[in-house]
Amino acid sequence: MSRKPEPVHLVKQRRDAALNHLIGKIPFIGFLGLQFDRRGDELTTIMPYDEKLIGNLALPALHGGATAGFLETAAIVELSWAMMWDRMETGQPQETALPGLPKTIDFSVDYLRSGLPRDAYARATVNRSGRRYASVHVEAWQDNRSRLFAQATGHFLMPDRAG
Amino acid sequence: MKTPEERAAFVAKMIVAMPYCMALQLRCERFAPGEMDLAMPYADQIIGDPETGVVHGGAVSALMDTTCGGAVMAHPKASLLTATIDLRIDYMRAAKSGDTIVAKAICYHVTRSVAFVRAVAYDSDPDRPVAAATGAFTVEGTE
Repeated sequence: MSRKPEPVHLVKQRRDAALNHLIGKIPFIGFLGLQFDRRGDELTTIMPYDEKLIGNLALPALHGGATAGFLETAAIVELSWAMMWDRMETGQPQETALPGLPKTIDFSVDYLRSGLPRDAYARATVNRSGRRYASVHVEAWQDNRSRLFAQATGHFLMPDRAG
Repeated sequence: MKTPEERAAFVAKMIVAMPYCMALQLRCERFAPGEMDLAMPYADQIIGDPETGVVHGGAVSALMDTTCGGAVMAHPKASLLTATIDLRIDYMRAAKSGDTIVAKAICYHVTRSVAFVRAVAYDSDPDRPVAAATGAFTVEGTE
């Protein structure tokens, strides 16, 4: 005998609220103007084009620093999201589901081609997440998913999780 | 033709005028041929964690990338146009909330096609670095 499944709108509401709670904790996300597209547990981070993200005015091209910040934020949000997923799905309140943000230990960015003055998308994969350390890989593209314009790998120190 | 010092001065002025650098309010503290020090003032918009007031790593990345790129462009053997090939940043500790962060970069080797750079960033404590970076940048053909 199985219980009646939870209504889909409640599931979506809970997940979106948890994601918004996480995003709301990072002011830098607002500075870069990042948006997040959620499909189940899969997140795509979007950096809509804005003039202030430009480095080279003559080309024009996105500033490498804007790309790096975009990738690093995508990695931190993905890692936090993966960390809070189980607690969120078992109905714990958002405040306890997210104990704190992971801290970057190191972050290494490969610039594969210059960033065009267009929207950019990123998806991160948590390759290893232990009690203390995590390793995350991020890929970013613009027009074509298979033509990455940047990728990065970072290591993170996990927040202390009580209980 | 510019002298190496004139070239560094020109680069120092040019890089802080880039739109993303203006958004971060970067300013040049010091320049020399192949060397650049840039400062990023503390601002609410670049906070990563409001509970601690610590600046987001992504803002430090931008400071490091710009400072390293500036040191490359200020090097007499490199080109005035450059792009980052790779940049690795080590975050040694959180910068003190409210402090300006200053990055100091040196372009220590230039080949025909690649420039190698390293940088260290500090807050108000000059003895304990906040972050360190190493990177490779492109050197374009002719100017």
